[in-house]
Order: sequence, then structure tokens, then C-alpha cells
Amino acid sequence: MKVCAPVLKFGDNVDTDVILPGKYLILTEPKDLAKHAMEGLDSAFPEKAKNGVIVVGGKNFGCGSSREQAPLALKSSGVKCVVAESFARIFFRNSINIGLPVIECKGISEATENKDEITVDFYKGEIHNVSKGHIFYGTKLPPFILEILSDGGLIENLQRRMKKK
Amino acid sequence: MAKASGRDEVHPSDIVDAAVDMVMVHDLTGPLAVEAFKRIGISSVWDNKKIVMILDHQVPAESVKAAELHKMLRSFAKEQGIRFYDVGRGGICHQVMPEKGHVVPGTVIVGADSHTCTYGAFGAFATGIGSSEAAAVFATGKIWLKVPGTIRANVEGKFKPYVTPKDLILSLIGKVRADGATYKAVEFTGSTIHRMSMAGRMTLCNMVVEMGAKNGIVEPDETTSKFLEGRVGKPFEALKSDIGASYERVIEFDVSDLEPTVACPTSVDNVKPASELNKVTIEQAFIGSCTNGRIEDLRLAAEVLKGKTVKDGVRALVIPASQEVYRQAVEEGLVEIFTDAGAMVCGSACGPCLGGHIGLLAAGETCVSTSNRNFIGRMGSTQANVYLASPATVAASALTGRITDPREMEANKL
Repeated sequence: MKVCAPVLKFGDNVDTDVILPGKYLILTEPKDLAKHAMEGLDSAFPEKAKNGVIVVGGKNFGCGSSREQAPLALKSSGVKCVVAESFARIFFRNSINIGLPVIECKGISEATENKDEITVDFYKGEIHNVSKGHIFYGTKLPPFILEILSDGGLIENLQRRMKKK
Repeated sequence: MAKASGRDEVHPSDIVDAAVDMVMVHDLTGPLAVEAFKRIGISSVWDNKKIVMILDHQVPAESVKAAELHKMLRSFAKEQGIRFYDVGRGGICHQVMPEKGHVVPGTVIVGADSHTCTYGAFGAFATGIGSSEAAAVFATGKIWLKVPGTIRANVEGKFKPYVTPKDLILSLIGKVRADGATYKAVEFTGSTIHRMSMAGRMTLCNMVVEMGAKNGIVEPDETTSKFLEGRVGKPFEALKSDIGASYERVIEFDVSDLEPTVACPTSVDNVKPASELNKVTIEQAFIGSCTNGRIEDLRLAAEVLKGKTVKDGVRALVIPASQEVYRQAVEEGLVEIFTDAGAMVCGSACGPCLGGHIGLLAAGETCVSTSNRNFIGRMGSTQANVYLASPATVAASALTGRITDPREMEANKL
């Protein structure tokens, strides 16, 4: 499992209220959620993300509410994966559960600039900055989490496991 | 967690498959959970007695879209025989869950809301999850959890008048920072906690997620038993902290000199003493939420507001956390005090806290609030500001129209 895309960079403590404001939580269609992704920080985000981007964040990315609509909005706006110094736990789990890959990587924020082209290999935990030519290693995800991601999310994973039974 | 996963013992960083004793969803996370459950392709939930659904965020329905979502949840709950708290029958989920006996010490509770950690006040392991995970629990009754390391906050000393558990937790978040407890459990110990009401303990545990924690926990004692008496039907096992337990960090905190504390925009760890913020003018004062909408909070606010009038140009909103709290506030004459002061008392729900429904802010406006988050756009416009404080500080600020240390009111007999 590998993704490659240009970077859109954000700072520390990006909370779920800026990723998707509370007033949009009654929207249920991913494409409607996508229109408001990151609205609290950058209203042009959906336009910038639509052709595919990798979000690079600082510390505590996704802090705040348990809204699964936050990673859903990012994923449906074109975000292929989020790499951050650290994640808030519910956002981390929610992202995996809806099939948006996330990886923790110390030092990534300082070493990466907007628009750098990066490739993330989830099995190796490797983040390759193609533009700058350097390689970082993030925290590898355990096999059962990689399995959820490769199935496309928790529900798809559960469907498959239940069929097997 | 060892008990829930059938092991003799567990250690930090172990990943366990835990059996869930109770799962809760509300009107903003429930619809996604129900949709996800339907996609799994099984017809009935694992145990309908262990699922609770509560309408509290967009309540009463603020739009046709919200009404449709409520209708969908209502019908799923009926079809599956799930306990459902409709409009006017409950209130804010984190108040209703313990009030109605769904929170039992020593059990594992997950909820599709980040403030599910509130129930740690009763000695339960309780943490927030997302909608898909809630759906998976509906189907299997299980969830994977990483065993957290523990930070112990040992609290001693006696609060000064008008200084509250809210001031303590804000001050603690200021010390630990917004990500300082990520993935950890925060255990509250010490004589101050032992003397504290359940309401205060719930305020503390409610806000541990604002420093990134997975859960908060307080060892159950006679105060816990007294609250749960007549609410929890079956006998329960109150788990104690292990003797000689190892902690990743111990924070000693003395509240004797603690001052009324305020979290400034736009992060909860940006804390300052209320007295340093007395030039910040406000347009709205909000008393309520799962953090501070309990009867003890309303009594404190009423004590400050009694016989006085909210400053012209300030909208004061009071929202009791549940129908039970509302009724008690009426019986105790608190609603009369609020309405006489010019505050608006609204029906039990989340209200402006998450910016989804009533009491939103326009660009350039400022609200001082007893709720738990002050992020950009949290309460409406991205150009509005939210300051977080105790019910006493918010009530005092409503009277002066600027952020006010409640002891200033007392000193000046305003």
C-alpha cells in the first residue's frame, strides 16, 4: 500500500472543528462534507485538494471531537493520507476505520514544505520526499490495522471477516 | 481492561480485544453508525440492552434534515429494541447516562462522542470512539483497545470561595498542554477529589480529552455509591487502584491558592487567571453543557446572579444538562432567579457548545462559556471568540459585560 502526492502542510493542534465545523455534521453525503473540509483554516482547501494531496500536520493532529465526518471530509475532498508528528487518538482510529491512511512521523513537519512531492509506503513505514530526496521512517502500523486499511475501512473489514465465518 | 479481555493482567501498550458493557451514540454520530451497521449485513445487534441512543445535539430538531436523522434513529431503536432517549426525555448524553443508571463502576463503556470520558468519574473505563467503531460494537460487542499508561493527578487543599473543579481542570490542562496526555489515562487522587461532589468529578473527567487523554478515572467511594443508589439496579464491583501501581508521571496539585481560571481562544491549554482578562468585553455568556450544566453548577451561577441583572448588550443563556436537572432547578427557584436576571433558560440539550444549533456567534463576537472547547469556529463564526470558565466566572461576567473574577463581585457587592 503506497500513495504519492504533493503536500499541503498544516501546523500543530489542528482540531476537528476546523477540519469540519459542527454546523455541517448533519450532512451525510461524503461529497457534501468535502465542500467544507478544513473550512476553519483555509476555505480554498477543497479546490487545492481535489487532484489528490497528502496532508502533513504537526503535533496532536485531529484533536477534539469524535466526529468521523472530519476524516470523511478530508478523504472525500482528495486527501490520500495524513502524515503528522502525532495524532489525537479518536481521529487516528476514525481515519483508519473509514479507510484514510494515517502515519505518525517525528520530524516530518519541519523537513517538509508545501507542494513537495512525497511517497508513503505503509508496509515499510517509509516516507520518501521525492522533491528533496530524503527519507523518513514513521511508526509502522500493526498488521491488523494495515488489513483494515487495505480492505478500505472497518466496516468492509468486518464484512469480509463475517463472510469468512 | 484485563477483566474485559479475559486476562489476569494487562500492561501499558498491550492491545486487547475488550468486551464492551455499554455503547452510546447520539444524534450526530448515531446516523452514520446505523448506516455503517446496515452495511455490515447482519439483521440484529449483538445485545440491545447494552446500547443507548440519545438525542441531544440538534434538539429539538433545528432543520428538516435533523428531523429526518432523528426519525431514522428513532425507527432503528424501535426495530432493534434499543433504549432511546427522545426529545424531552433525557438531555445531554453524558448527564443522562449516569442519571439513568447506564454507567456502572468497573465496566467498559464506549461512546460515539469524545466526552464519553466523563464516566470515568464513576470508576468506569470510558472512552470516545467514532461512528464506524460504534457500528462494529453494535455487531460484535467488542473493540480493540491499547492499554494506556497512567498519569496521576494528586490533588490536595481546599478551594477558595468561587473557585471550582472547572478552574482546577483548566489549570491542569494549561500545565499538561493540549497533547500532554495523548493516549494516556489520567487518574485523579487526593483528599480534594475525595471530598468533591460527583458533579465536580464529572467536570474533571469530562475535560481530560482536552489534554489528549483516552480516559479519566476516579476511584469509586461512598460519594459514588450515594449518587448511584436507586439508579443502578444491579450490584457492582468498584475496582480499586492497584497498590504500588506505577505511573508514567505524577502531578501534585494544591488548589489552596488556585484562582478563577479561563482558557483563552483558540486552544484549551491557553489559560490565564480571570483577573488578568477584565478588559475582554463579551456579547454572550453561556452556562451549560456536559462540562458544567449540572444542578451544582446552576446553583453557583444563581448565587452570583440572584437579584441582579445581566448587563445590557449581553445575552445570557442557561441550559440545564438534563430534564432531571431542569426540574430540580425549577423546584429550587433557580429558573426564577435566571429569568429575573434577564437570562434565557433553554431546554436540556448541548446548545451553543458545538456551534450546531442555538446561540451561535456572529463575526467579531465573544462568548464566555462553561463548555469545553474554544477552537476556531466552535460556536459559530470563525471570526468569533470563545473563552472557557467556571459557572461562577461566567455568571459574574454576564453581570459586568466583561470577563470577571467572581470574587470581584463579592468584594464590590455590585
